[in-house]
Amino acid sequence: MIYRENGQFKTSYRADLQIFPILQDRVAIGLLLAAAFVAVPLLADEYLLRAILIPFLILSLAALGLNVLVGYCGQISLGAGAFMAVGAYAAYNFFVRLDGMPMPLALLLGGACATLVGILFGLPSLRIKGLYLAVTTLAAQFFIDWAFLRIGWFTNHTPSGSVSVAGLGFLGLPVETPLQKYLFCLATVCLFALLTKNLVRGHIGREWMAIRDMDVAAAVIGIRPVYAKLSAFAVSSFIVGVAGALWAFIYLGSWEPAAFNINRSFDLLFMIIIGGLGSVMGSFFGAAFIVLLPIVLDQLLPALGGAIGIPVDTATVSHVVYMIFGALIVFFLVVEPHGLARLWSIGKEKLRLWPFPH
Amino acid sequence: MGFFIETVFGGLMAGMLYSLIALGFVLIFKASGVFNFAQGAMVLFAALAMARFSEWIPGLLGFENKILADLLAFGGALLVMVLVAWLVEKLVLGRLVNQEGITLLMATLGIAYFLDGFGQTVFGSDIYKIDIGLPKDPLFLFESVFQGGVLINKEDLYAAAIAAGLVLLLTLFFQYTGTGRALRAVADDHQAAQSIGIPLSRIWIIVWSVAGFVALVAGIIWGSKLGVQFSLSLVALKALPVVILGGLTSVPGAIVGGLLIGVGEKLAEIYIGPMVGGGIEIWFGYLLVLFVLLVRPQGLFGEKIIDRV
Repeated sequence: MIYRENGQFKTSYRADLQIFPILQDRVAIGLLLAAAFVAVPLLADEYLLRAILIPFLILSLAALGLNVLVGYCGQISLGAGAFMAVGAYAAYNFFVRLDGMPMPLALLLGGACATLVGILFGLPSLRIKGLYLAVTTLAAQFFIDWAFLRIGWFTNHTPSGSVSVAGLGFLGLPVETPLQKYLFCLATVCLFALLTKNLVRGHIGREWMAIRDMDVAAAVIGIRPVYAKLSAFAVSSFIVGVAGALWAFIYLGSWEPAAFNINRSFDLLFMIIIGGLGSVMGSFFGAAFIVLLPIVLDQLLPALGGAIGIPVDTATVSHVVYMIFGALIVFFLVVEPHGLARLWSIGKEKLRLWPFPH
Repeated sequence: MGFFIETVFGGLMAGMLYSLIALGFVLIFKASGVFNFAQGAMVLFAALAMARFSEWIPGLLGFENKILADLLAFGGALLVMVLVAWLVEKLVLGRLVNQEGITLLMATLGIAYFLDGFGQTVFGSDIYKIDIGLPKDPLFLFESVFQGGVLINKEDLYAAAIAAGLVLLLTLFFQYTGTGRALRAVADDHQAAQSIGIPLSRIWIIVWSVAGFVALVAGIIWGSKLGVQFSLSLVALKALPVVILGGLTSVPGAIVGGLLIGVGEKLAEIYIGPMVGGGIEIWFGYLLVLFVLLVRPQGLFGEKIIDRV
């Protein structure tokens, strides 16, 4: 009843092309943004911000970046963690080695370095396809992990191999407390989500999707595979790199290469598959799912074990969490292979017709 | 020169073991088009089952015969792997028919997480020993040719022999039995195979069981070398470039690829490693594969990929 587009007539091309063509959607997204920017800072406590919301936002950004490559351009990448690492370490080097480097610029430069590395490792995609390509992206993962571990220059010759940053600020404002960090991440993520959404519905996004659906056919109708694939690698690596820099600077503070190992790459891939390939919204759903699931399970299992009288030690909990995580992923894939975003759009369709089924 | 040959031998032995794991990948990919990331987890799971069963069985049944206990444990672990295969088919793959490759890949990753967690919950997460009585003493070859000879682990030789035997066995199974022929038919063309009455779901259970059997053998060999522990499931990551190098669809490719990468990474570690800071074994295989694929995108022995619009 409340979710109808009847009577909303578009009188200009501009109105027809907007991101949310239905008034109710625009209201909903406005309310959501207001809640995120105003209500959450007023209500959330420090734990919620630090342990859930900040990682959720940053990982959504990374998932968004990966979704550009995998979901929109169809090039499977198992090396997203490595591009996060490149972003993080490049930003670190710019931030530490150049005096007075502002943090946002360091983050963007980190993203730029990740772009270059991404294009480099994207070159094989012009010749190698599908699962073969997926495995070669693991080359990036292992090589980059190794490089940051073994080559001292990247870590500023820190003896322990662990690097840290301090004194973060943005336009003279400090970004130190969880609340400030949250707002900074939120603003960045909103900006990038808007940019990505506009990219994928523009002509370049259509080229990516054509390549994804069938690259030979796309080439036949005049889309240059070189340009489309490499631009997808570049855009994706840039976003993932910025997310990596944010993850290191804002969330971790001090980190070592293990923070960006292969499990991070798998997690990101899970996010976009569970959230929905080729959907901006899906990246957020997936990130929320993957960030929340281990936390919920960690809290729930000992309590559950206590309730039925079986003491559960931490090692067992971590194994059972692994188990349930795997099982849930399989369950979700079986129930809805197109991800949570598909469920969301089915729900919207249903709501449009409600309360009449036809 | 003696040292060089020793390195090459060491590489060949390691490569043989990579091939064993790669074989599991290839079997499943050929029969069902699923890139099975869970192969490493299956190796760990099978090895854990084997190690724990051989500990438990003498106590439960009340006898002391080591060989009998090992045999029973092997049988038990094999049974468990068949059960895993059956469950995977019934609960996961049977419901994901016709999905895209990446969805299937992710599903097997989920299975891998599940098996890792489940195995360690049920069987415990310490380091366990598998001792099937492989001799551990070193062996010196060519002592008359080089000074000091070439040092080889007898255990490695036995392991290589077992691996070779397994490959032979699988080849015979695929070439000369009715089931093997059905498996090859499914690998060639799912639809055609189904239309002449080959039951796909049963074939998938068989092929996952065979992969489980290969995983069990690999797990026993690796486990008796390194001990059964979580890192065993990461060995699969070393076997991935092997599969790709040989070609996803080729059994001989898995063997040749394994040997090439085994030798290559040992030589690289020793002769190039010191120049760049060591530890390059972990990515050498992947980079090697990357360059080979640039020349041959389907791997050394894979079927040529033809795109049609």
